Order: sequence, then C-alpha cells, then structure tokens
Amino acid sequence: MGRYVIRRLLQMIPVFFGATLLIFLMVNVMGDPIQGLCGQRQCDPATAARLRQEFGLDKPVWQQYLTYMGNVFTGDFGTAFNGQPVTELMADAFPVTLRLTLVAIFFEIVIGITLGVLTGLRRGRPVDTSVLLLTLVVISVPTFVTGLLLQFLLGVEWGIIKPAVSPAATLDELIVPGLVLASVSLAYVTRLTRTAIAENARADYVRTARAKGLPRRRIVTRHLLRNSLIPVVTFIGADIGALMGGAIVTERIFNIHGVGYQLYQGIVRQNTQTVVGFVTILVLIFLIANLLVDLLYAVLDPRIRYA
Amino acid sequence: MRRTPYLRWAAPLLALALAATGCGGGAGTTQGVVSASWGDPPNPLEPANTNDVQGGKVLDMIFRGLKRYDPRTGAAQDMLAERIETTDSTTFAITVKDGWTFSNGEKVTARSFVDAWNYGADVRNNQRNAYFFGYIQGYADVHPDTGEPKATTLSGLKITGERTFSVTLSQKFSTWPDTLGYAAFAPLPRAFFDDHAAWLEKPVGNGPYTVHSYARGSAMSLRTRDDYPGPDKARNSGVDLIVYTDNNTAYTSLLSGNLDLVDDVPAAQLKNVRKDLDGRYINTPAGIIQTLAFPYYDPAWNTPGGAKLRTGISRAIDREQITRTIFRSTRTPAKDWTSPVLGTDGGFSPTLCGDACVYDPAAARRLVDEGGGIPGGRMTISYNADTGSHKEWVDAVCNSVNNALGRDSACVGNPVGTFADFRNQITQSRMDGPFRAGWQMDYPLIQNFLQPLYYTNASSNDGKWSDPGFDRLVDRANAESDQPTAVRLFQQAEEVVRDQMAAIPLWYQNGSAGYSARVGNVALNPFSVPVYNEITVG
Repeated sequence: MGRYVIRRLLQMIPVFFGATLLIFLMVNVMGDPIQGLCGQRQCDPATAARLRQEFGLDKPVWQQYLTYMGNVFTGDFGTAFNGQPVTELMADAFPVTLRLTLVAIFFEIVIGITLGVLTGLRRGRPVDTSVLLLTLVVISVPTFVTGLLLQFLLGVEWGIIKPAVSPAATLDELIVPGLVLASVSLAYVTRLTRTAIAENARADYVRTARAKGLPRRRIVTRHLLRNSLIPVVTFIGADIGALMGGAIVTERIFNIHGVGYQLYQGIVRQNTQTVVGFVTILVLIFLIANLLVDLLYAVLDPRIRYA
Repeated sequence: MRRTPYLRWAAPLLALALAATGCGGGAGTTQGVVSASWGDPPNPLEPANTNDVQGGKVLDMIFRGLKRYDPRTGAAQDMLAERIETTDSTTFAITVKDGWTFSNGEKVTARSFVDAWNYGADVRNNQRNAYFFGYIQGYADVHPDTGEPKATTLSGLKITGERTFSVTLSQKFSTWPDTLGYAAFAPLPRAFFDDHAAWLEKPVGNGPYTVHSYARGSAMSLRTRDDYPGPDKARNSGVDLIVYTDNNTAYTSLLSGNLDLVDDVPAAQLKNVRKDLDGRYINTPAGIIQTLAFPYYDPAWNTPGGAKLRTGISRAIDREQITRTIFRSTRTPAKDWTSPVLGTDGGFSPTLCGDACVYDPAAARRLVDEGGGIPGGRMTISYNADTGSHKEWVDAVCNSVNNALGRDSACVGNPVGTFADFRNQITQSRMDGPFRAGWQMDYPLIQNFLQPLYYTNASSNDGKWSDPGFDRLVDRANAESDQPTAVRLFQQAEEVVRDQMAAIPLWYQNGSAGYSARVGNVALNPFSVPVYNEITVG
C-alpha cells in the first residue's frame, strides 16, 4: 500500500512539469500582454520596457519558465498585473470554489445516489421511468440555460434567493449555484448507481444475504450499495477536479469570485502568472483526487489490493 | 408492501437546503448606502496608474484635484485651485485653496501636488499615465525613452510657498490648466510615500468619500467623509462597489432589488430596459467617439487617391440604421471628430463632417472607384472580440459597405482574440486594413480629441497618420491664449482630418445606467461615470 502511494506520487512529478510547461507555452503564444494595460493608446516605450522587466517578460520563454518554477518552489507564484500577489488571489478564490464544489458534490452524493438506489431497486416502475426521463432532460440542457433559468425564476420572479452571490460567498448562498453546477453530474451519478444496483441486485451474494434472513435495509446498504459504488466513486473523484476548474460558467452567472473568475480574468488579460499558478494547483488537485479514488477502491472492495 | 426508508432522510435534507436558501434572500442593502456595480480595475489603484473607467470611478470619489469637470456641462472649474495665473502660456503660478485636508487629517499643500506629480512622472515608478506630465519641463530627464533617468524631480515644478507652486511647461499650452481635472493630477498624502503597500490596500485621498474596506477583486465600501471641506459633499452615506464579472448578472441583481445602480446595461436588454425598470434608465452623451482608423504604414492604404477612397467608404456606412437597430439609439451618428459633450463653444460642430459622413451608396461607389478601389478588392475591419460586443457593429458596417458597393466580399470583419493582442498588432504596425479605434476623452477639450490621435507620432495615433498642415495648426492653437481663437484653430485642423479622412468617424457613444426605486438623482458625467456624490437614497 505505502509503496503504491509513493509510486503514484512519484508519477505526479513529470505530469506536474509537463502540464505547467504546456500551460506556460500556451499563454505565451497569445503574445505580449503589456499593450493591453495602456488602454486605447500606445504605452510609452520606457514604461512598457520597465513593466516587461518587472514581470520578467523581457527574457526568453525558457528562462521565464525556469525562473517561474524556481519561484514556485519557494512559494512565490508571481504577481498579477494589478500588483496583487497570485498567492493572495488564490487565498481569495480557492476557498470559495472549494465551498461551491463541496456543495455540488454533496448534492451529487445525496440526491444522485438516493435516486440511483431508488430507481435501481424499482426498475421499470413509473418512478424509474420518470427519473430516467428527468436525468435525460438535465443532461441535454446546457448548464448556462439551467443556471440562467433558475437565477431568473428564484432570484427575480419569486425573490427566494439573491441572483448574485455576495463576495463572502457563504454556504447558504452557494446552494442554488452548487445545484446548477452539480446538475449534469448528478444525472450521471443517478444513472451509474441505477445500473450498478440493478446489476448487483441479482448477484449471488445478495441472494445469500437475503437467504440468511438479513433485514432488507442491511442488505441494501452494507452489501448491495457498497459493491455498486465503485464506478460511482470513480466518477465523483474525477468530477472534483472537473468541477473546480470547470465552474467558469456557473461562477460567471452567479457572480462568484472563485477560481473560474480568476482564470477567466487571467486569460483575458493574458496574465501568465495568474493562469499558470491557478492551473498548476488545479492539476495537483486533479492528481490527488485521482489517487484518493484509487485508494478508496480497496476500501470498498477488499478483493482489490495494492502492492 | 415495500418501504422506502431512504426518502425519509433525503426529503428533510432537501427541505433544509431550500430553507437555508430562503435565508439568503431579501434585502442586502445598508441604510443610506448606494450599492453599485463595478469591474475589477486592471491596474493598481493609484492616480497616475489608473487609465480605465472602473478605477476612475473610485478616484473620482476619493480624490479632488485642482480642477473638476462639471458633472453636467463638462466645463473645467476650480476645485482646490484658488488661482492659476500665466502671462505667457508656459509658466503657471498655482495657488491651492486653504482648509483642504486628506481624510487622515493631513493638510493638502503645494507639496502634496508636487510630490504626487514627481512620483507620477518618474519612470522608475512604472506609472501608466506618466505621459500626462510630458508637457512639464524636465520630463525627459525623469522619464527618458531609454536608459536610466538623470533626475528624480521635474525641473519645471517649484514650490514657492506652503500653498503656492509654479509649473513651467516645455511648450506653449494655453488650455493646460483645463487638463488638471484629470485624475493623474490629484494630490497625494505623505502616507502614500511612507507606506506605499498599506496605502494601496486602503487608499487615502482628499475627496468626499473614504475607503472603508477594500477586498481586491470583489468589492469596495466607501463611506461619506463628515469633515469633507469641499462644496460637493455626498448626499448619501456611502457607496458599496461590487465587482460583477458579467453585466447580465448585475442587471438581474438590479431587477431583483439587490443592487441600486448598474452603469453598463447589457446590449441584449436595451430593448426592454425602459419597461423593466419603469423608466429608471438614463442614456446621456459621453465623451466617447468610435472611429475606423487606417494603417498608413501600409503602402496599399497610403496612396494619392486614398482620401477619396476613405471618404467613399465613409459614405457607404449607414450610420443612422446601425445606431438605431444595433445600439438602440445608445449611440448617435458622428458628425465630426469630437463629441457633443464639448458643446459648440468647446469645439463640437454638427456640420463639420458634412456630406462625407452621410450615407449615399451612389456617391460611395463613385468615390471608391475614383480613389483607385479598395486595395486588393477586399478589406478587413479588425476588432477585439473579448469585450464590448464589437462583432455586431463591425459585421453591420461591412454589410452596409458591401451593399453600397454592390459586392458581397468587399468587406469582412476580422476578430482578434484579446484586447492585449489587438493592441499589440496595432502598436507593432501589423494591421493590413481598417481597424476599430475608440477614444474616450481624458478631459473635455477639443485638443484631447485631435492631438493625441492625429498629431505626427502622437501616443494614440494608431494608424501613424501624418500631415504637416494639421501639426502646424495644432501647434498654433496650443500657443493661442484666446480660448475662442484656439478652438477655431483646432477646428481648422479638424478640417484637415476631414479632407484627408484620416479616420472615419462612426458614432458618439452614450453612457447608460439603470437604477433601483430606492435611489434618486442619478446622473452620468461626460466620462460616463455615475455622479455618486449626488445620488440620494430613500
């Protein structure tokens, strides 16, 4: 087990360098960002040169990358064009997005798995058909449509929520955005759970458990669900990374100042340091989430062992 | 019968979730405080470093300079200036009014100005607006184009008393005092120099508001200063600026009553805005003109018949129809190269462009043919696609040109991904056809609409247009001490721009804003910034 974890962690190193290098090059291809800072007029050459020097843009790309990586290992992620350290932007943005992701994952787990178990146990019944139909609708409607619709209905027409989340972004404000963010994945979780439950419900061990006279509740939670959750856990684990980086649309609709907002602004302003910094952290989160998922397999299914 | 125990705990959870959301609703506004939409300023919030509208909003609330532009007429009026005297349009003796203080109690003196201007001009401080001090003598020593500066202070600035200082310019510039309303010329307290980082966290100024709290990138709370010595004390108890990434969200917040003021109504909402807001919508002229500039560094666009060609293209654009249908009359067809906010005394002329700006397909075809035709038979109009919904109008302009010339492919739009990249291509002279050029005035003077844009090698002369006749007239106008004569000379220079059709004027842009029923007396100044201190609440 320990060896396995160490091997996986070592594998992260090349992935980490490769990903950051790629992002660094991609943002660089977009060109010189300094002119964008001077509005509708030419930067005076002296100031432009000094700004380039300040942000290290006067050096060749490989040197910029090496300096940047060197700084990253000392905890310095550089400075955004408005003079704010990128670490400060991260300290503002990541907690917000983390809260949003947790709300979304919470909905995925609670609603998704509940509906999945419910429908899986009652295949072909009206409940099953209507939930299946509903998930189909949710999957086929783009997130921004769901988001704008809920925002308009709940925020403007009925006045239940504020259409925009305040800068503090407290948990209660994030419930509707979290639901919107979770919606598509939630539908997938429902379908995955349903299929797995339906399949395993006929498995030998379930029949044995039933023959032993175990209470139904115990059969479902301890035996059936535990074995059916493996594909679902894989999906949710991979989704954590996707939700954190992919919340740009939802964050924009509800004016949440999280990772998506900072990334968007970084890209529009061609701020290499912001974009690379945020993406680096996202890559790390993705890698770690994947590792945790793999470790969870062993917990859920004792037959799986890592050496 | 089968039981479904799972729903039992799921249902209350959902109910709890919804109840919690309910708590999030309701009023989010503080007594007497205006909540207004904002955008994250791209540059650090310092007077000489802020060149965008969003940062400008804050500076307009927390600073007062020697002059201030009247929010209604745009005329430059004395604010902190008691007297600005000159005999030769080169040396100005300035007296600062007594009794002004910064919000931290420090007195505003001549030194507050001189230190601030020296800081702004010094190349080592990386100030984006440094060139505003370029008219002051000694600028080249503190801000050389290359190499290290030879001095740390401008030799043209001299403190002559506690409240008096003199400014020597490197050239005659009679209307120079009227430029002093620009934010870059604001005074700065010692705190700015002593602890710069702390000042940036929470700026201190001498205006009617103080910064109460500032969460960079998301919100700023400003509160009214009780000890404000100026005549324009705020009529509300404060302003909360909230950053919105998307102006649609801001508009939705306004509709739901969670926001009081939106100064950027999304284009898609313009057709419903009057009904939605029950008339609480303003649409007033701002000092912004949109033009099409040409790459004069490209030989294909710099031909002897070029003026006719460009005039022909200008006459192929149906400005009336485009402003009516695409902009819903939030822009008005341009009739000269300035802006209506200047007023006719200030140099605006509704007749200067004349026929050259009137849509006439037949004349357009004839002029384009006489001018040698569009280079290569096809032109692109470049624009940045990331902000400002430029695609719609560029496509409309191209359509109009294609229809007028009777050729489907005479003109196509050429989107450039980001504003920074667009500006890069322009400053590196890589354009091969007309491109979008917008100009928002820095100060309401006709000089500001002409010199930075069309003078040889001027900072915003993106097309690198050059005409010795124009330059001579501008020089003469700047040296002229009689205001009406100076304006007339500038207009003569503008006529050169017209005869050469240096850039095609498209339309004047209005500022628009929507507000809630909670607030009143909302107006936009000629810079399309809300006049926050005059807004009333309740």
